[in-house]
Amino acid sequence: MEARPSYDKLIFELSAPGRFAHSLPALDVPSADPATLVPAQFVRATPPELPEVSEVDVVRHYSRLSQMNYGVDTHFYPLGSCTMKYNPKINEDMARLPGFLRLHPLAPEAASQGALQLMWELARDLAEISGMDHVSLQPAAGAQGEFAGVLMIRAWHLSRGERRHKVLIPDSAHGTNPATTALAGYQVVQLKSDEGGEVDLADLERHLDEDVAAFMITQPNTLGLFESKIHQITEMCHAKGVQVYMDGANFNAILGITRPGDLGFDVCHFNLHKTFTTPHGGGGPGSGPVGIKAHLAPFLPTPVVVKDEDGSYSLDWNRAQSIGKLQAFWGNFGMLVRAYTYIRTMGPDGLRAVSENAVLNANYILKRLEGAYDRATPGPCMHECVVSARRQKKLGISATDIAKRLLDLGFYAPTTYFPLIVEEALMIEPTETESKETLDQFCDAMIQIAREAETNPHLLHEAPVTTSVRRLDQTLAARQPVLRWNAGA
Amino acid sequence: MRYISNTPAQQKEMLGRIGAASIEALLANVPAKARLSRPLGLPAAMAETDLVRHLRALAAKDASADDYACFLGAGAYDHIVPSPINHLISRGEFFTAYTPYQPEASQGTLRSIFEYQTMMAELTGMDVANASIYDGASSLAEAVLMAHAVTGRNETAFSRGINPLYGQVVETYCEGPDLRLKRVPLADGVTDLDALRRAVTERTAAVVVQYPNFLGCLEDVREAGAIAHAKGALLVVAADPVNLGFLTPPGALGADIVVGEGQGLGVPLSYGGPNLGVFACRAELVRRMPGRLVGATVDRDGHRGYVLTLQTREQHIRREKATSNICTNVALCALMATIYVAIMGKQGLRRVGELATAKAHYAAERFAGVPGVRLSHRAPFFKEFALELPTAPDRVVKRLLKDRILAGVPLKLFDRGAKNALLVAVTERRTKEEIDAYAAALAAAVA
Repeated sequence: MEARPSYDKLIFELSAPGRFAHSLPALDVPSADPATLVPAQFVRATPPELPEVSEVDVVRHYSRLSQMNYGVDTHFYPLGSCTMKYNPKINEDMARLPGFLRLHPLAPEAASQGALQLMWELARDLAEISGMDHVSLQPAAGAQGEFAGVLMIRAWHLSRGERRHKVLIPDSAHGTNPATTALAGYQVVQLKSDEGGEVDLADLERHLDEDVAAFMITQPNTLGLFESKIHQITEMCHAKGVQVYMDGANFNAILGITRPGDLGFDVCHFNLHKTFTTPHGGGGPGSGPVGIKAHLAPFLPTPVVVKDEDGSYSLDWNRAQSIGKLQAFWGNFGMLVRAYTYIRTMGPDGLRAVSENAVLNANYILKRLEGAYDRATPGPCMHECVVSARRQKKLGISATDIAKRLLDLGFYAPTTYFPLIVEEALMIEPTETESKETLDQFCDAMIQIAREAETNPHLLHEAPVTTSVRRLDQTLAARQPVLRWNAGA
Repeated sequence: MRYISNTPAQQKEMLGRIGAASIEALLANVPAKARLSRPLGLPAAMAETDLVRHLRALAAKDASADDYACFLGAGAYDHIVPSPINHLISRGEFFTAYTPYQPEASQGTLRSIFEYQTMMAELTGMDVANASIYDGASSLAEAVLMAHAVTGRNETAFSRGINPLYGQVVETYCEGPDLRLKRVPLADGVTDLDALRRAVTERTAAVVVQYPNFLGCLEDVREAGAIAHAKGALLVVAADPVNLGFLTPPGALGADIVVGEGQGLGVPLSYGGPNLGVFACRAELVRRMPGRLVGATVDRDGHRGYVLTLQTREQHIRREKATSNICTNVALCALMATIYVAIMGKQGLRRVGELATAKAHYAAERFAGVPGVRLSHRAPFFKEFALELPTAPDRVVKRLLKDRILAGVPLKLFDRGAKNALLVAVTERRTKEEIDAYAAALAAAVA
């Protein structure tokens, strides 16, 4: 077995009383003892149990921790539905320009014109890319974009004197869709997918009635399939006064090819951390702008960035029918700078090439793997493909075993067990930034694993053996939760 | 094409392998009438040098806290950001990873979040903290929803001392479940405890106060807690964790849930986002908590390791029955805070508080010494205070901007009654020189 990194410390365990890393200025104002400025009951009696470490301790500790991670910069990361594409370095330089990075959100508008212009232009660009009429940049992540979208739909129905109670969602949907819908006060009704993995029109027809506020679908769906009957779907919904929401998680498949607005969607959100190259950061921050058609504009979150007649930009708070605010300030601005930089880097032709190559790469993987694994659906896919390990399952090998073995072979794993409607699902999204060489290496590894499942299953059950730890006991973690470090524990 | 790796020859070769004539053929499922028949109406691709020039020109229009003395607060603060943070978070292994779905290949992220949870629990004085929520405002909204879920009650007593921007976010989140916010007025800058007593009933899920509050004043959190607990309600406290190295932690004052904006812990201002939503609670409430949690466990060889845990609370498992719809947290901002707290350490964080409060009190004395200017309230404050000006604050803000001073936030933005009030924040970054320059410019502006 290969030796694994043995570094096991927490920052707290490097602590030595009296050691420090900070460089704080001396007090330069004439002052009494600070403790006398604030009444005694407000002054902390016992210091928090925090580390006392040197700067080199800090740098070495977190550098070593980073080496226990796989990231896009170091590994192919085919995590389906997450669009783990390359994050351009120039984006980072631009987000760190002092006029952006060091700008306070409540600086006077006259002293924030650059930031406001960038937001206004990005919203306009996203509206053009999606075919929507307006875009709010405020939602902090996809789930919050969904929340804003569903609340705008709710407000629209209420403004027409209609109180509807249900939202329809396909069984292949991301978990955030039903969770968001419930948060917005709706009852969730799950629809079946048809045999080809698309929306079952008959089932949709059965459920569409005057109590349905919205139909929420992912386009392309989570099987990586374009919902080909989309015009029929949106027309059927609109005929019953039902709004149609597009989960934009899979926008990377359709840039410049088709636009949600042209397909009849009333609302769609974007995940800037997927399609528009803002980093995933180990799990956020994301950014989830939401686009809408004109009839929903009165309900946009406040404030709205507007361009005034004199060419200056400002925040419009005066919107009586707004759904309100989603986060304290205007949006995850640092992510907006990165996305704007990316869109300007690519231009219209570049963005279209992004989706074309994402689709090409996914289909190439699907083709190369179809001998070794079962495809979830026939026919070509869009930007991601889903295969099933049901064949391997008969040999006692699970999708988890395959995922863990991939880690040993130098790849991050695909999304597993999602969508829920595919047994032992492996959802693979290569993105356009990967080369044929990388895809071939990955497919070779997947085929090798399928062979190992037959000839050497021990390797798969034991995997991973090259990572900093081996398979972890999830049950123990949940049964006896240890959620923080304790001195002496 | 930039960022696309396949060459035209490779594309052709791949299509051959797939058995498709063209990429168009792969798009057969996108019906003709759905297709965009023109290029997107966007500016043409820009070369990196041109793009940098363009964005530099935009950024140059903004008053950065590098070039201006920033006395703005109201939920975002210009605190010191030690250099190692940016270097460490920029490591691609942290920066370009995602949610640790494969824990064996994500121990760096998981272990740092475990450290973060510990640090936030220590600072807030609570038993457990989660892996983070979007920002302070959405954390507070989640806390109100959680209190409703825990108690089964529908009302919240909500102090007017809470950041009004947070109040707007909480209202948005209360829309679906139809929860009612009962606003509790202030008396001389702090929550009117008699009014709070009257507002809290058997229908109250939570009492919510901010500490220090929006006006910078220090609330009697302990008494607010006693009022809440007497009626079986929870006490929710919004507190900025960067202050809690110095201030008594809400956990020691009876809080059941503590939330806050962690931006002050090494996260850049970045025009208000991304931020860091801190969320901590008592151990008994953990199974109702929103958001991700990291727990310690062991691997097959008995070695210590970390995983996402108690996931049956979360949307990807529970779907519409989840405790929250949140999926992504703000792991990278949590990492910034973790490194910040490690650098500041036990003593440094207290020192940050001492410096900020000393400078804030000096500034308050200087500014209130300007003829016609006074402090709006007499209540004890920490690092932020409201000034009552003899004139509209816009004039003062505009005048001081010329001296490269960001003077403060006019409170009439949030409260039409506060016509002449200006909210001023003073962090440890401000210098005596800047404060003196402010006082002189203020004197000139109101003369």
